[in-house]
Amino acid sequence: MSRLFGKEWVQAARHVLRVYPALLRVGFADIFAYRAELVVWLLTVNMPLVMMALWTAVAATGPVGRFGQREFVAYYLGMLLVRILTGSWLVWELTMEIRQGTLAPRLLRPIHPLWAHSAMQLAAVPFRVVLVTPLVFILYWVAGERLPVHEPLRLAIVVVSMAGAWLLLFLIMAIIGTLAAYVESALSIFDVWLGAQAVLSGYLVPLELLLPWVSHAARYLPFRYILGFPVETLIGLESTTSALHELGVQALFIAASLVATLALWRAALKRFAAFGG
Amino acid sequence: MVDVTFDIAPGERVGFLGPNGAGKTTALKILSGLLYPSSGTVTVGDFVPQERRTEFLRMITLVMGQKQQLLWDLPPAETFAMNRALFDLPRREADATQQELVDMLEVGPLIGKPTRQLSLGERMKCELVAALLHRPRVLFLDEPTIGLDVSMQARVRDFIRRYNESTGASVLLTSHYMEDVAALCPRVIVIDKGHLIYDGDLRTLARRIRPEKRITMHFSSVPAPGDLDRLGSCVARSELQATLAVPAAQVTEAVRAALSRLPISDISVEDPPLEEIMQEFLGGQPANGGAKSA
Repeated sequence: MSRLFGKEWVQAARHVLRVYPALLRVGFADIFAYRAELVVWLLTVNMPLVMMALWTAVAATGPVGRFGQREFVAYYLGMLLVRILTGSWLVWELTMEIRQGTLAPRLLRPIHPLWAHSAMQLAAVPFRVVLVTPLVFILYWVAGERLPVHEPLRLAIVVVSMAGAWLLLFLIMAIIGTLAAYVESALSIFDVWLGAQAVLSGYLVPLELLLPWVSHAARYLPFRYILGFPVETLIGLESTTSALHELGVQALFIAASLVATLALWRAALKRFAAFGG
Repeated sequence: MVDVTFDIAPGERVGFLGPNGAGKTTALKILSGLLYPSSGTVTVGDFVPQERRTEFLRMITLVMGQKQQLLWDLPPAETFAMNRALFDLPRREADATQQELVDMLEVGPLIGKPTRQLSLGERMKCELVAALLHRPRVLFLDEPTIGLDVSMQARVRDFIRRYNESTGASVLLTSHYMEDVAALCPRVIVIDKGHLIYDGDLRTLARRIRPEKRITMHFSSVPAPGDLDRLGSCVARSELQATLAVPAAQVTEAVRAALSRLPISDISVEDPPLEEIMQEFLGGQPANGGAKSA
Protein backbone atom coordinates (compact mmCIF):
# COMPACT_ATOMS: atom_id res chain seq x y z
CA MET A 1 0.00 0.00 0.00
CA SER A 2 2.95 2.31 0.62
CA ARG A 3 3.68 2.10 -3.08
CA LEU A 4 0.13 3.22 -3.80
CA PHE A 5 0.16 6.36 -1.74
CA GLY A 6 3.85 7.17 -1.13
CA LYS A 7 6.46 9.10 -3.03
CA GLU A 8 6.65 6.35 -5.59
CA TRP A 9 2.97 6.81 -6.39
CA VAL A 10 3.51 10.51 -7.06
CA GLN A 11 6.45 9.70 -9.33
CA ALA A 12 4.36 7.13 -11.14
CA ALA A 13 1.53 9.64 -11.63
CA ARG A 14 3.96 12.19 -13.05
CA HIS A 15 5.38 9.54 -15.35
CA VAL A 16 1.89 8.68 -16.60
CA LEU A 17 1.14 12.35 -17.30
CA ARG A 18 4.40 12.66 -19.24
CA VAL A 19 3.95 9.58 -21.39
CA TYR A 20 0.17 9.61 -21.87
CA PRO A 21 0.24 11.95 -24.92
CA ALA A 22 2.63 9.52 -26.63
CA LEU A 23 0.34 6.60 -25.80
CA LEU A 24 -2.65 8.49 -27.17
CA ARG A 25 -0.76 9.31 -30.35
CA VAL A 26 0.21 5.68 -30.92
CA GLY A 27 -3.34 4.62 -30.04
CA PHE A 28 -4.74 7.05 -32.55
CA ALA A 29 -2.39 5.76 -35.25
CA ASP A 30 -3.45 2.20 -34.41
CA ILE A 31 -7.15 3.07 -34.49
CA PHE A 32 -6.60 4.84 -37.80
CA ALA A 33 -5.17 1.61 -39.20
CA TYR A 34 -8.30 -0.19 -38.00
CA ARG A 35 -10.74 2.61 -38.88
CA ALA A 36 -12.85 0.58 -41.32
CA GLU A 37 -13.19 -2.27 -38.83
CA LEU A 38 -14.11 0.18 -36.09
CA VAL A 39 -16.81 1.84 -38.19
CA VAL A 40 -18.30 -1.55 -39.12
CA TRP A 41 -18.22 -2.62 -35.47
CA LEU A 42 -19.95 0.57 -34.35
CA LEU A 43 -22.59 0.25 -37.05
CA THR A 44 -23.55 -3.15 -35.64
CA VAL A 45 -24.76 -1.36 -32.50
CA ASN A 46 -28.37 -1.25 -33.68
CA MET A 47 -30.40 -2.64 -30.80
CA PRO A 48 -31.58 0.84 -29.67
CA LEU A 49 -33.00 1.40 -33.17
CA VAL A 50 -34.87 -1.91 -33.00
CA MET A 51 -36.27 -1.00 -29.58
CA MET A 52 -37.14 2.47 -30.84
CA ALA A 53 -39.23 0.98 -33.66
CA LEU A 54 -40.95 -1.36 -31.22
CA TRP A 55 -41.80 1.21 -28.55
CA THR A 56 -42.88 4.00 -30.92
CA ALA A 57 -45.36 1.49 -32.36
CA VAL A 58 -46.60 0.74 -28.85
CA ALA A 59 -46.86 4.46 -28.05
CA ALA A 60 -48.86 5.17 -31.21
CA THR A 61 -52.07 4.50 -29.30
CA GLY A 62 -51.05 6.63 -26.31
CA PRO A 63 -48.11 7.41 -24.02
CA VAL A 64 -46.51 4.73 -21.86
CA GLY A 65 -45.83 6.40 -18.52
CA ARG A 66 -43.89 9.60 -19.29
CA PHE A 67 -42.99 8.28 -22.76
CA GLY A 68 -44.82 9.34 -25.88
CA GLN A 69 -43.47 8.57 -29.36
CA ARG A 70 -41.12 11.59 -29.37
CA GLU A 71 -39.77 10.64 -25.93
CA PHE A 72 -39.07 7.10 -27.06
CA VAL A 73 -37.29 8.36 -30.17
CA ALA A 74 -35.23 10.77 -28.07
CA TYR A 75 -34.46 8.08 -25.47
CA TYR A 76 -33.22 5.48 -27.92
CA LEU A 77 -31.30 8.00 -30.03
CA GLY A 78 -29.64 9.12 -26.80
CA MET A 79 -28.98 5.49 -25.88
CA LEU A 80 -27.35 4.85 -29.25
CA LEU A 81 -25.22 7.95 -28.85
CA VAL A 82 -24.07 7.05 -25.32
CA ARG A 83 -23.49 3.41 -26.27
CA ILE A 84 -21.25 4.36 -29.19
CA LEU A 85 -19.38 7.12 -27.37
CA THR A 86 -18.66 5.22 -24.17
CA GLY A 87 -18.01 1.75 -25.63
CA SER A 88 -14.83 -0.18 -25.01
CA TRP A 89 -13.34 -3.49 -26.16
CA LEU A 90 -10.92 -3.90 -23.27
CA VAL A 91 -12.38 -7.18 -22.03
CA TRP A 92 -11.68 -8.93 -25.34
CA GLU A 93 -8.16 -7.49 -25.57
CA LEU A 94 -7.26 -8.30 -22.00
CA THR A 95 -8.66 -11.81 -22.11
CA MET A 96 -6.72 -12.56 -25.27
CA GLU A 97 -3.49 -11.08 -23.90
CA ILE A 98 -3.71 -13.11 -20.72
CA ARG A 99 -4.63 -16.36 -22.48
CA GLN A 100 -1.97 -16.01 -25.19
CA GLY A 101 0.76 -14.53 -23.02
CA THR A 102 1.04 -11.30 -25.01
CA LEU A 103 0.46 -9.39 -21.79
CA ALA A 104 4.10 -10.16 -20.92
CA PRO A 105 5.73 -7.46 -23.07
CA ARG A 106 3.34 -4.92 -21.55
CA LEU A 107 4.36 -6.03 -18.05
CA LEU A 108 7.97 -5.31 -18.87
CA ARG A 109 7.30 -1.66 -19.66
CA PRO A 110 7.51 0.89 -16.86
CA ILE A 111 3.81 1.77 -16.89
CA HIS A 112 0.75 -0.14 -15.73
CA PRO A 113 -0.72 -1.99 -18.75
CA LEU A 114 -4.17 -0.59 -17.99
CA TRP A 115 -2.88 2.94 -18.63
CA ALA A 116 -1.73 1.86 -22.07
CA HIS A 117 -5.07 0.15 -22.68
CA SER A 118 -7.00 3.21 -21.54
CA ALA A 119 -5.07 5.38 -23.99
CA MET A 120 -5.84 2.93 -26.78
CA GLN A 121 -9.55 3.06 -25.95
CA LEU A 122 -9.63 6.85 -25.56
CA ALA A 123 -7.82 7.28 -28.87
CA ALA A 124 -10.95 5.87 -30.52
CA VAL A 125 -13.18 8.59 -29.07
CA PRO A 126 -12.57 11.14 -31.88
CA PHE A 127 -13.68 8.50 -34.42
CA ARG A 128 -16.73 7.75 -32.30
CA VAL A 129 -17.56 11.47 -32.09
CA VAL A 130 -17.42 11.79 -35.86
CA LEU A 131 -19.72 8.80 -36.20
CA VAL A 132 -22.34 10.09 -33.76
CA THR A 133 -22.38 13.67 -35.07
CA PRO A 134 -25.35 12.99 -37.42
CA LEU A 135 -27.15 11.39 -34.46
CA VAL A 136 -26.68 14.56 -32.43
CA PHE A 137 -28.35 16.63 -35.15
CA ILE A 138 -31.25 14.19 -35.44
CA LEU A 139 -31.62 14.18 -31.66
CA TYR A 140 -31.64 17.99 -31.62
CA TRP A 141 -34.32 17.99 -34.31
CA VAL A 142 -36.45 15.46 -32.42
CA ALA A 143 -35.97 16.72 -28.86
CA GLY A 144 -34.04 19.98 -29.06
CA GLU A 145 -36.09 21.59 -26.29
CA ARG A 146 -35.14 18.75 -23.90
CA LEU A 147 -31.38 18.88 -24.54
CA PRO A 148 -29.14 20.88 -22.19
CA VAL A 149 -27.80 23.06 -24.99
CA HIS A 150 -28.39 26.34 -23.14
CA GLU A 151 -27.78 25.09 -19.59
CA PRO A 152 -24.05 24.91 -18.86
CA LEU A 153 -24.49 23.02 -15.57
CA ARG A 154 -26.70 20.31 -17.10
CA LEU A 155 -24.41 20.10 -20.11
CA ALA A 156 -21.46 19.62 -17.76
CA ILE A 157 -23.36 16.91 -15.86
CA VAL A 158 -24.07 15.09 -19.13
CA VAL A 159 -20.41 15.24 -20.17
CA VAL A 160 -19.18 14.11 -16.73
CA SER A 161 -21.77 11.31 -16.55
CA MET A 162 -20.66 10.05 -19.96
CA ALA A 163 -17.00 10.19 -18.95
CA GLY A 164 -17.96 8.33 -15.77
CA ALA A 165 -19.90 5.77 -17.79
CA TRP A 166 -16.85 5.17 -19.98
CA LEU A 167 -14.58 4.76 -16.97
CA LEU A 168 -16.99 2.49 -15.10
CA LEU A 169 -17.38 0.20 -18.10
CA PHE A 170 -13.60 0.22 -18.63
CA LEU A 171 -13.01 -0.86 -15.03
CA ILE A 172 -15.74 -3.52 -15.12
CA MET A 173 -14.14 -4.88 -18.29
CA ALA A 174 -10.73 -4.78 -16.60
CA ILE A 175 -12.10 -6.82 -13.69
CA ILE A 176 -13.78 -9.42 -15.88
CA GLY A 177 -10.85 -9.53 -18.32
CA THR A 178 -8.40 -10.08 -15.46
CA LEU A 179 -10.43 -13.11 -14.40
CA ALA A 180 -8.92 -14.81 -17.47
CA ALA A 181 -5.91 -15.50 -15.24
CA TYR A 182 -8.18 -17.71 -13.13
CA VAL A 183 -10.83 -19.13 -15.45
CA GLU A 184 -10.93 -19.99 -19.12
CA SER A 185 -14.43 -18.60 -19.53
CA ALA A 186 -13.92 -14.94 -18.63
CA LEU A 187 -15.70 -13.92 -21.81
CA SER A 188 -18.67 -16.09 -20.85
CA ILE A 189 -18.78 -14.20 -17.57
CA PHE A 190 -18.84 -11.00 -19.58
CA ASP A 191 -21.72 -12.37 -21.67
CA VAL A 192 -23.66 -12.87 -18.45
CA TRP A 193 -22.78 -9.31 -17.47
CA LEU A 194 -24.01 -8.02 -20.84
CA GLY A 195 -27.30 -9.90 -20.40
CA ALA A 196 -27.89 -8.27 -17.03
CA GLN A 197 -26.72 -4.91 -18.33
CA ALA A 198 -29.18 -5.01 -21.23
CA VAL A 199 -32.07 -5.14 -18.76
CA LEU A 200 -30.78 -3.31 -15.70
CA SER A 201 -29.07 -0.38 -17.47
CA GLY A 202 -32.14 0.74 -19.40
CA TYR A 203 -30.56 -0.37 -22.68
CA LEU A 204 -33.60 -2.33 -23.84
CA VAL A 205 -36.36 -0.63 -21.88
CA PRO A 206 -36.31 2.63 -19.90
CA LEU A 207 -35.88 1.60 -16.28
CA GLU A 208 -38.98 3.45 -15.11
CA LEU A 209 -41.10 1.23 -17.34
CA LEU A 210 -39.89 -1.97 -15.69
CA LEU A 211 -41.60 -3.56 -12.70
CA PRO A 212 -41.23 -1.15 -9.76
CA TRP A 213 -39.05 -3.50 -7.71
CA VAL A 214 -36.72 -4.14 -10.68
CA SER A 215 -36.51 -0.43 -11.38
CA HIS A 216 -35.79 0.21 -7.71
CA ALA A 217 -33.14 -2.51 -7.52
CA ALA A 218 -31.42 -1.13 -10.64
CA ARG A 219 -30.67 2.10 -8.76
CA TYR A 220 -28.43 0.15 -6.38
CA LEU A 221 -26.53 -1.66 -9.14
CA PRO A 222 -23.76 -0.32 -11.40
CA PHE A 223 -25.45 -1.13 -14.74
CA ARG A 224 -27.60 2.02 -14.84
CA TYR A 225 -24.55 4.24 -14.43
CA ILE A 226 -23.02 2.80 -17.60
CA LEU A 227 -25.92 3.66 -19.93
CA GLY A 228 -29.28 4.69 -18.50
CA PHE A 229 -28.14 7.51 -16.24
CA PRO A 230 -26.25 9.52 -18.92
CA VAL A 231 -29.17 9.07 -21.35
CA GLU A 232 -31.76 10.17 -18.79
CA THR A 233 -29.63 13.22 -18.01
CA LEU A 234 -29.10 13.99 -21.68
CA ILE A 235 -32.77 14.05 -22.64
CA GLY A 236 -33.95 15.77 -19.48
CA LEU A 237 -35.57 12.88 -17.61
CA GLU A 238 -33.50 13.73 -14.52
CA SER A 239 -33.71 17.01 -12.64
CA THR A 240 -30.41 18.82 -12.13
CA THR A 241 -30.47 18.16 -8.37
CA SER A 242 -31.20 14.47 -8.85
CA ALA A 243 -28.55 14.21 -11.57
CA LEU A 244 -25.92 15.71 -9.27
CA HIS A 245 -26.81 13.14 -6.62
CA GLU A 246 -26.62 10.35 -9.19
CA LEU A 247 -23.18 11.59 -10.26
CA GLY A 248 -22.05 10.95 -6.70
CA VAL A 249 -23.44 7.41 -6.82
CA GLN A 250 -21.68 6.85 -10.14
CA ALA A 251 -18.43 8.08 -8.59
CA LEU A 252 -18.85 5.59 -5.74
CA PHE A 253 -19.27 2.71 -8.19
CA ILE A 254 -16.17 3.91 -10.06
CA ALA A 255 -14.14 4.09 -6.84
CA ALA A 256 -15.27 0.60 -5.78
CA SER A 257 -14.48 -0.80 -9.24
CA LEU A 258 -11.05 0.83 -9.20
CA VAL A 259 -10.17 -0.73 -5.86
CA ALA A 260 -11.45 -4.12 -7.07
CA THR A 261 -9.49 -3.79 -10.34
CA LEU A 262 -6.20 -3.00 -8.61
CA ALA A 263 -6.61 -5.73 -6.01
CA LEU A 264 -7.59 -8.36 -8.57
CA TRP A 265 -4.83 -7.31 -10.96
CA ARG A 266 -2.21 -7.63 -8.24
CA ALA A 267 -3.42 -11.09 -7.32
CA ALA A 268 -3.80 -12.21 -10.94
CA LEU A 269 -0.21 -11.31 -11.82
CA LYS A 270 0.97 -14.05 -9.48
CA ARG A 271 -0.98 -16.54 -11.55
CA PHE A 272 0.02 -15.18 -14.94
CA ALA A 273 2.26 -17.76 -16.56
CA ALA A 274 1.37 -17.99 -20.25
CA PHE A 275 4.43 -16.95 -22.19
CA GLY A 276 6.15 -18.97 -24.83
CA GLY A 277 7.61 -22.28 -23.80
CA MET B 1 12.69 -25.40 -10.83
CA VAL B 2 14.28 -26.99 -7.78
CA ASP B 3 17.49 -26.16 -5.95
CA VAL B 4 18.96 -24.03 -8.73
CA THR B 5 21.67 -21.58 -7.69
CA PHE B 6 23.87 -19.46 -9.89
CA ASP B 7 25.42 -16.00 -10.17
CA ILE B 8 26.14 -14.13 -13.34
CA ALA B 9 28.73 -11.37 -13.43
CA PRO B 10 28.25 -8.06 -15.27
CA GLY B 11 29.18 -8.43 -18.92
CA GLU B 12 29.00 -12.22 -18.98
CA ARG B 13 27.35 -14.11 -21.83
CA VAL B 14 25.67 -17.24 -20.52
CA GLY B 15 23.68 -19.84 -22.40
CA PHE B 16 20.81 -21.77 -20.88
CA LEU B 17 20.71 -25.27 -22.32
CA GLY B 18 18.33 -28.12 -21.77
CA PRO B 19 15.68 -30.20 -23.48
CA ASN B 20 12.13 -28.98 -24.07
CA GLY B 21 10.35 -28.45 -20.78
CA ALA B 22 13.60 -28.34 -18.82
CA GLY B 23 12.83 -24.95 -17.28
CA LYS B 24 14.91 -22.58 -19.42
CA THR B 25 12.08 -20.19 -20.26
CA THR B 26 10.76 -20.50 -16.72
CA ALA B 27 14.16 -19.31 -15.48
CA LEU B 28 14.01 -16.29 -17.77
CA LYS B 29 10.43 -15.55 -16.70
CA ILE B 30 11.49 -15.57 -13.06
CA LEU B 31 14.56 -13.46 -13.70
CA SER B 32 12.57 -10.86 -15.64
CA GLY B 33 9.85 -10.70 -12.96
CA LEU B 34 7.05 -12.33 -14.92
CA LEU B 35 6.84 -15.39 -12.70
CA TYR B 36 6.76 -15.50 -8.93
CA PRO B 37 9.03 -18.21 -7.44
CA SER B 38 7.26 -20.24 -4.76
CA SER B 39 10.44 -20.28 -2.66
CA GLY B 40 14.04 -19.12 -2.80
CA THR B 41 15.48 -15.72 -3.62
CA VAL B 42 16.21 -14.07 -6.91
CA THR B 43 17.97 -10.76 -7.41
CA VAL B 44 18.97 -9.04 -10.60
CA GLY B 45 21.27 -6.14 -9.93
CA ASP B 46 19.97 -4.88 -6.61
CA PHE B 47 16.37 -5.63 -7.45
CA VAL B 48 13.86 -8.35 -6.70
CA PRO B 49 12.43 -8.94 -10.20
CA GLN B 50 8.88 -9.70 -9.03
CA GLU B 51 8.55 -6.19 -7.59
CA ARG B 52 8.95 -4.92 -11.15
CA ARG B 53 10.22 -1.55 -10.04
CA THR B 54 10.65 1.07 -12.71
CA GLU B 55 14.44 1.14 -12.22
CA PHE B 56 14.55 -2.63 -12.66
CA LEU B 57 12.48 -2.49 -15.85
CA ARG B 58 14.85 0.15 -17.20
CA MET B 59 17.79 -2.12 -16.47
CA ILE B 60 16.58 -5.26 -18.24
CA THR B 61 15.03 -6.41 -21.46
CA LEU B 62 13.44 -9.66 -22.51
CA VAL B 63 13.41 -10.62 -26.16
CA MET B 64 11.25 -13.53 -27.19
CA GLY B 65 11.54 -15.21 -30.52
CA GLN B 66 7.94 -16.34 -30.32
CA LYS B 67 6.29 -13.24 -28.86
CA GLN B 68 6.55 -9.75 -30.18
CA GLN B 69 6.19 -6.31 -28.74
CA LEU B 70 6.06 -4.48 -32.07
CA LEU B 71 2.68 -2.92 -32.87
CA TRP B 72 1.40 -5.17 -35.64
CA ASP B 73 -0.33 -2.67 -37.89
CA LEU B 74 2.06 0.22 -37.40
CA PRO B 75 5.66 0.66 -38.55
CA PRO B 76 8.36 -0.38 -36.03
CA ALA B 77 9.27 3.32 -35.78
CA GLU B 78 5.99 3.84 -33.88
CA THR B 79 6.92 1.17 -31.32
CA PHE B 80 10.34 2.79 -30.98
CA ALA B 81 8.69 6.19 -30.39
CA MET B 82 6.36 4.68 -27.80
CA ASN B 83 9.19 2.92 -25.96
CA ARG B 84 11.22 6.13 -26.03
CA ALA B 85 8.35 7.87 -24.21
CA LEU B 86 7.62 5.00 -21.82
CA PHE B 87 11.24 4.72 -20.74
CA ASP B 88 11.54 8.51 -20.41
CA LEU B 89 14.54 8.59 -22.73
CA PRO B 90 15.94 12.02 -23.61
CA ARG B 91 15.10 12.71 -27.25
CA ARG B 92 18.62 13.26 -28.51
CA GLU B 93 20.06 10.26 -26.67
CA ALA B 94 17.23 7.99 -27.83
CA ASP B 95 17.59 9.13 -31.42
CA ALA B 96 21.32 8.40 -31.32
CA THR B 97 20.77 4.96 -29.79
CA GLN B 98 18.04 4.13 -32.28
CA GLN B 99 20.24 5.20 -35.18
CA GLU B 100 23.14 3.15 -33.85
CA LEU B 101 20.98 0.03 -33.45
CA VAL B 102 19.29 0.54 -36.80
CA ASP B 103 22.70 0.84 -38.47
CA MET B 104 24.12 -2.20 -36.68
CA LEU B 105 21.14 -4.33 -37.69
CA GLU B 106 20.75 -2.72 -41.13
CA VAL B 107 17.01 -2.12 -40.77
CA GLY B 108 16.90 1.53 -41.88
CA PRO B 109 14.60 0.95 -44.86
CA LEU B 110 12.28 -1.28 -42.80
CA ILE B 111 11.29 0.83 -39.83
CA GLY B 112 8.78 2.87 -41.81
CA LYS B 113 6.88 -0.14 -43.15
CA PRO B 114 3.95 -1.68 -41.24
CA THR B 115 5.24 -4.52 -39.07
CA ARG B 116 2.81 -6.98 -40.64
CA GLN B 117 4.60 -6.53 -43.99
CA LEU B 118 8.02 -7.52 -42.62
CA SER B 119 9.53 -11.00 -42.83
CA LEU B 120 10.21 -12.97 -39.65
CA GLY B 121 13.90 -12.09 -39.71
CA GLU B 122 13.23 -8.42 -40.37
CA ARG B 123 10.74 -8.35 -37.52
CA MET B 124 13.19 -9.98 -35.14
CA LYS B 125 15.84 -7.39 -35.96
CA CYS B 126 13.30 -4.62 -35.32
CA GLU B 127 12.29 -6.38 -32.09
CA LEU B 128 15.91 -6.14 -30.99
CA VAL B 129 15.97 -2.41 -31.69
CA ALA B 130 12.75 -1.91 -29.70
CA ALA B 131 14.06 -4.03 -26.85
CA LEU B 132 17.44 -2.32 -26.63
CA LEU B 133 16.43 1.29 -27.15
CA HIS B 134 16.68 2.01 -23.43
CA ARG B 135 20.17 0.49 -23.33
CA PRO B 136 19.45 -2.28 -20.83
CA ARG B 137 22.33 -3.68 -18.81
CA VAL B 138 20.84 -7.17 -18.67
CA LEU B 139 19.53 -9.00 -21.73
CA PHE B 140 17.28 -12.03 -21.40
CA LEU B 141 17.04 -13.59 -24.84
CA ASP B 142 14.60 -16.44 -25.28
CA GLU B 143 15.09 -18.14 -28.62
CA PRO B 144 16.02 -14.91 -30.40
CA THR B 145 16.91 -16.70 -33.65
CA ILE B 146 14.04 -19.18 -33.85
CA GLY B 147 12.68 -19.55 -37.36
CA LEU B 148 15.44 -17.47 -38.94
CA ASP B 149 17.54 -18.71 -41.83
CA VAL B 150 21.21 -19.53 -41.26
CA SER B 151 22.53 -16.22 -42.52
CA MET B 152 20.06 -14.19 -40.47
CA GLN B 153 20.91 -16.28 -37.38
CA ALA B 154 24.57 -15.44 -37.86
CA ARG B 155 23.83 -11.72 -38.19
CA VAL B 156 21.68 -11.65 -35.07
CA ARG B 157 24.38 -13.56 -33.16
CA ASP B 158 27.01 -11.14 -34.38
CA PHE B 159 24.86 -8.21 -33.29
CA ILE B 160 24.32 -9.63 -29.80
CA ARG B 161 28.05 -10.18 -29.37
CA ARG B 162 28.86 -6.65 -30.52
CA TYR B 163 26.20 -5.17 -28.22
CA ASN B 164 27.63 -7.12 -25.29
CA GLU B 165 31.18 -6.05 -26.07
CA SER B 166 30.35 -2.40 -26.65
CA THR B 167 28.00 -1.89 -23.68
CA GLY B 168 29.23 -4.47 -21.17
CA ALA B 169 25.68 -5.77 -20.78
CA SER B 170 25.12 -9.25 -19.37
CA VAL B 171 23.43 -11.69 -21.73
CA LEU B 172 21.41 -14.76 -20.81
CA LEU B 173 20.41 -16.74 -23.83
CA THR B 174 18.25 -19.75 -24.49
CA SER B 175 18.24 -21.29 -27.91
CA HIS B 176 17.45 -24.54 -29.60
CA TYR B 177 20.23 -23.76 -32.04
CA MET B 178 23.45 -24.98 -30.49
CA GLU B 179 25.31 -22.75 -32.93
CA ASP B 180 23.91 -19.73 -31.07
CA VAL B 181 25.19 -20.96 -27.76
CA ALA B 182 28.53 -22.17 -29.10
CA ALA B 183 29.17 -18.88 -30.88
CA LEU B 184 28.01 -16.55 -28.12
CA CYS B 185 28.36 -18.12 -24.71
CA PRO B 186 31.67 -19.11 -23.11
CA ARG B 187 29.67 -20.32 -20.13
CA VAL B 188 26.62 -22.56 -20.16
CA ILE B 189 24.09 -23.52 -17.55
CA VAL B 190 22.42 -26.82 -18.28
CA ILE B 191 18.99 -27.41 -16.79
CA ASP B 192 17.02 -30.61 -16.99
CA LYS B 193 13.63 -31.26 -15.41
CA GLY B 194 14.02 -28.08 -13.37
CA HIS B 195 17.41 -29.09 -11.93
CA LEU B 196 20.74 -27.48 -12.65
CA ILE B 197 23.06 -30.22 -13.90
CA TYR B 198 26.01 -28.22 -15.18
CA ASP B 199 27.32 -24.69 -14.80
CA GLY B 200 30.61 -23.84 -16.34
CA ASP B 201 32.80 -23.52 -19.38
CA LEU B 202 31.34 -24.88 -22.59
CA ARG B 203 34.66 -26.29 -23.85
CA THR B 204 35.28 -28.08 -20.57
CA LEU B 205 31.88 -29.69 -20.81
CA ALA B 206 32.56 -30.70 -24.39
CA ARG B 207 35.93 -32.24 -23.50
CA ARG B 208 34.41 -34.04 -20.54
CA ILE B 209 31.61 -35.59 -22.54
CA ARG B 210 33.47 -36.20 -25.79
CA PRO B 211 37.24 -36.15 -25.27
CA GLU B 212 37.80 -36.61 -28.98
CA LYS B 213 38.18 -34.65 -32.19
CA ARG B 214 36.54 -35.13 -35.55
CA ILE B 215 38.77 -35.45 -38.60
CA THR B 216 36.85 -34.88 -41.82
CA MET B 217 38.60 -35.96 -45.00
CA HIS B 218 37.74 -35.48 -48.67
CA PHE B 219 39.37 -37.91 -51.10
CA SER B 220 40.48 -37.55 -54.70
CA SER B 221 39.82 -41.29 -55.21
CA VAL B 222 38.15 -44.01 -53.16
CA PRO B 223 40.54 -45.20 -50.37
CA ALA B 224 41.00 -48.84 -49.41
CA PRO B 225 38.56 -49.82 -46.60
CA GLY B 226 41.20 -51.01 -44.12
CA ASP B 227 43.24 -47.80 -44.30
CA LEU B 228 40.50 -45.72 -42.66
CA ASP B 229 39.75 -48.17 -39.85
CA ARG B 230 43.30 -48.01 -38.59
CA LEU B 231 43.10 -44.21 -38.02
CA GLY B 232 40.02 -44.04 -35.80
CA SER B 233 36.36 -44.94 -35.54
CA CYS B 234 34.31 -43.88 -38.53
CA VAL B 235 31.22 -41.74 -37.70
CA ALA B 236 30.23 -40.76 -41.25
CA ARG B 237 31.24 -42.19 -44.59
CA SER B 238 30.50 -41.67 -48.26
CA GLU B 239 32.48 -42.70 -51.31
CA LEU B 240 34.77 -39.64 -51.37
CA GLN B 241 34.37 -38.35 -47.83
CA ALA B 242 34.79 -39.72 -44.31
CA THR B 243 34.61 -38.39 -40.76
CA LEU B 244 36.58 -40.13 -38.04
CA ALA B 245 36.37 -39.78 -34.24
CA VAL B 246 39.92 -39.71 -32.85
CA PRO B 247 41.12 -39.25 -29.24
CA ALA B 248 42.43 -35.68 -28.87
CA ALA B 249 45.94 -36.88 -27.94
CA GLN B 250 46.23 -38.91 -31.16
CA VAL B 251 45.02 -36.28 -33.62
CA THR B 252 48.46 -35.17 -34.86
CA GLU B 253 49.54 -38.72 -35.48
CA ALA B 254 46.26 -39.60 -37.18
CA VAL B 255 46.43 -36.60 -39.52
CA ARG B 256 50.03 -37.37 -40.41
CA ALA B 257 49.11 -40.99 -41.16
CA ALA B 258 46.08 -39.98 -43.22
CA LEU B 259 48.11 -37.56 -45.33
CA SER B 260 50.76 -40.18 -46.03
CA ARG B 261 48.48 -43.15 -46.73
CA LEU B 262 45.26 -41.79 -48.19
CA PRO B 263 44.41 -39.84 -51.37
CA ILE B 264 43.48 -36.71 -49.38
CA SER B 265 42.22 -33.66 -51.28
CA ASP B 266 41.07 -31.77 -48.16
CA ILE B 267 41.22 -32.39 -44.42
CA SER B 268 39.85 -30.57 -41.35
CA VAL B 269 39.87 -31.15 -37.58
CA GLU B 270 36.93 -30.01 -35.43
CA ASP B 271 35.26 -30.59 -32.08
CA PRO B 272 32.27 -32.92 -32.11
CA PRO B 273 28.97 -31.09 -32.77
CA LEU B 274 27.48 -29.53 -29.64
CA GLU B 275 24.15 -31.20 -30.39
CA GLU B 276 25.79 -34.61 -30.03
CA ILE B 277 27.54 -33.60 -26.84
CA MET B 278 24.35 -32.30 -25.26
CA GLN B 279 22.37 -35.30 -26.38
CA GLU B 280 24.87 -37.60 -24.75
CA PHE B 281 25.12 -35.41 -21.65
CA LEU B 282 21.40 -35.18 -21.07
CA GLY B 283 20.83 -38.82 -21.91
CA GLY B 284 23.65 -40.18 -19.84
CA GLN B 285 23.48 -38.22 -16.60
CA PRO B 286 20.82 -38.25 -13.92
CA ALA B 287 18.90 -35.01 -13.75
CA ASN B 288 20.03 -34.17 -10.23
CA GLY B 289 23.57 -35.44 -10.51
CA GLY B 290 26.71 -33.41 -10.88
CA ALA B 291 25.06 -30.12 -10.01
CA LYS B 292 27.37 -27.27 -9.29
CA SER B 293 26.52 -24.05 -7.58
CA ALA B 294 28.24 -20.90 -8.71
